[in-house]
Amino acid sequence: MRPVIYITIFVTVMALAFWAYRENYATQRALREVTDLQQKIASLSEALSVQHAEWAYLNRPDRLRDLAALNYDRLGLLPLEPEQFGQVDQTAYPPSQLPVDMPLVLETVDVSGTQGAQP
Amino acid sequence: MTRTPLRPLARILSARKKGENPDKIERENLRLRHEATRDKSRARAEGRLLFLGVAFFASFALIGARMGLLAASEPEEAHVRASGSPILAQRADITDRNGRVLATNLQTFALYAQPKDMVDPARVARELAAIFPDMKSEDLLRRLTDGRSFMWLRRVISPEQMQQVHDIGDPGLLFGPREMRLYPNGMLAAHVLGGASFGAEGVQSAEVIGTAGIEKALDARLRDPGQAGTPLKLSLDLTIQATVEEVLATGMQMMTAKGAAAILMDVHTGEIISLASLPTFDPNNRPNDAITGDPGDSPLFNRAVQGVYELGSTFKIFAVAQALELGLVNPSTMLDVTPPLRMGRFNINEFEGKNYGPLLSVADIIKKSSNIGTGKIALLIGGVRQKAFLTALGLLDLSPVEVVEARTGKPLIPKRWPDIVTITAAYGQGISSSPMNLAAAYATIANGGTKVVPTLLHSDTPQQGPRVMSAATARAAVDMLRLVVTDGTASLGDVPGYFVAGKTGTADKPKRGGGYYEDKVINTFASVFPANDPAYVLLVTLDEPVETSGEEPRRTAGWTSVPVAAEIIRRTAPLLGLRPQLEVIPSDGLTAVSN
Repeated sequence: MRPVIYITIFVTVMALAFWAYRENYATQRALREVTDLQQKIASLSEALSVQHAEWAYLNRPDRLRDLAALNYDRLGLLPLEPEQFGQVDQTAYPPSQLPVDMPLVLETVDVSGTQGAQP
Repeated sequence: MTRTPLRPLARILSARKKGENPDKIERENLRLRHEATRDKSRARAEGRLLFLGVAFFASFALIGARMGLLAASEPEEAHVRASGSPILAQRADITDRNGRVLATNLQTFALYAQPKDMVDPARVARELAAIFPDMKSEDLLRRLTDGRSFMWLRRVISPEQMQQVHDIGDPGLLFGPREMRLYPNGMLAAHVLGGASFGAEGVQSAEVIGTAGIEKALDARLRDPGQAGTPLKLSLDLTIQATVEEVLATGMQMMTAKGAAAILMDVHTGEIISLASLPTFDPNNRPNDAITGDPGDSPLFNRAVQGVYELGSTFKIFAVAQALELGLVNPSTMLDVTPPLRMGRFNINEFEGKNYGPLLSVADIIKKSSNIGTGKIALLIGGVRQKAFLTALGLLDLSPVEVVEARTGKPLIPKRWPDIVTITAAYGQGISSSPMNLAAAYATIANGGTKVVPTLLHSDTPQQGPRVMSAATARAAVDMLRLVVTDGTASLGDVPGYFVAGKTGTADKPKRGGGYYEDKVINTFASVFPANDPAYVLLVTLDEPVETSGEEPRRTAGWTSVPVAAEIIRRTAPLLGLRPQLEVIPSDGLTAVSN
């Protein structure tokens, strides 16, 4: 009986040692990965902040104003003025998407609501 | 194991035959057996001792080796953090109300030298001087060779410069990472933002500290690592700020003014939508404080909060509003305004010796900006009540707005408050306050009489301040201000569709030694729009303006500040989302019917 216990304990210890060994290396690998990812995040967020700064720099009002003036021929942009406000009923309805002379197709049944739309 | 018998029969028998004592054999064998046992146990004990010795040696050697290793290795920080979100050790961004960046950080490098590691200081000095024009080769060489082991060369360098320094290729030139504060919009809103510079500097990093404006006033918030990820959202609107600065700069140029300031404020929330002060500067390259000359002429001077001026007739509405509130007068009460108004040894006259007499209604006193009429109303109120009212409007205190310069713009108020002060204060002389305070006081009137505290921080909720005057009084005051624009001194300020109401103010500039300049004025126009439902207050101040289109140079606010303010309103009101209210087009009966 005793040798069986000894062997069992020995085998268990070896198994645990093997498991600990593997866990140790797995942990180290995960930590390296985390460090790499954090470095990557840091460099990406730094790049992002540079992009943000550049976006803000390129969209600064002085520059946009100058660009609008330079490209007035093509864009015709002017500062917003009170005269540009209008009433809703001054605007035209958008042209209908459907051709006016489209024949009413009565035999189709898969388009629901076509017939119900008649006034 | 075979056990040797103590009395082997063969030897006993042969010994007996020879007549020897057989017991000797037994004793001999016993001795041998004892010796064998002793040898065996000694060997075992020695083995154990050896094992123990080896074990102790191994463990002590292990501990010793580990200690030696720990002592010999470089200290290193634990490189893994437990939590997921990293703490950002940088300054928070500043954005406008729509999230557009006003101030952010940029990664750059600082350049430093370790002359002890330098191979050829003479060549390094020569090449550095070629890269950085402001460095002198001889100075550099002297400093690099005077035996110091460390010196800063540049606090911030551009990537191109960094590459050029790299190309020198000297091991004594080193770079340290730096977070640099960047204001991408350049001079825009410079007086609000202020500026930042480096505090304590190390090789690996340097702290960025605010030196002026909101950067300094809210330095703790901006540096708080817990809030570094959330940008500080200001009440400013970048587009409107740009428009206001553009129009104001043009107006300042046309009126040949020395300086100008404009404040645009939401009357319900107290948010400052735009704050401009000209001349201005670039916060990316903030100039040094002026040592000589009048600090008020420096571009760093924020006229909107630091410029403590006598704001002139813009104060008249406060005396009239208070008299209405106290029930002393109503807008149609007639007062005798025959000049002069005598008070002790002083004679109070109207502007340019005009005579509005003999009788003028209270509404007309505001409309025509009568000094005598306002002075008489102030005398009805009395000095104590007047001072209390001006204090309640916040005109006699430091402005609470979140820029550090506001702490230096303390209003100048007379120590005693005799009747003559009561009269002059009523029309804005002998008492000085900042344009920001005036804008806040006008916002209080426009907001229906509850106090409005100006703020630069974005907020969506209307302020619920203490009531300074009744809603009816505030309404009547705004109506009188509207009359000033429709048929009074500010007729150039009418912007079709926006019902501008406001009051002009022309104040002579005080001389340094006392007295006033003849031809130097500060012109202010404080306006509220739209008058039927006040939403914004706009205040425009011009320093020493003159309008020269007529035969004589004109220096009244009605000719200088008012047209500038009108243009600002015309340009910014659509950007604020205000629809012009023109004549109401009767809606088409057919479209009004819903089917």
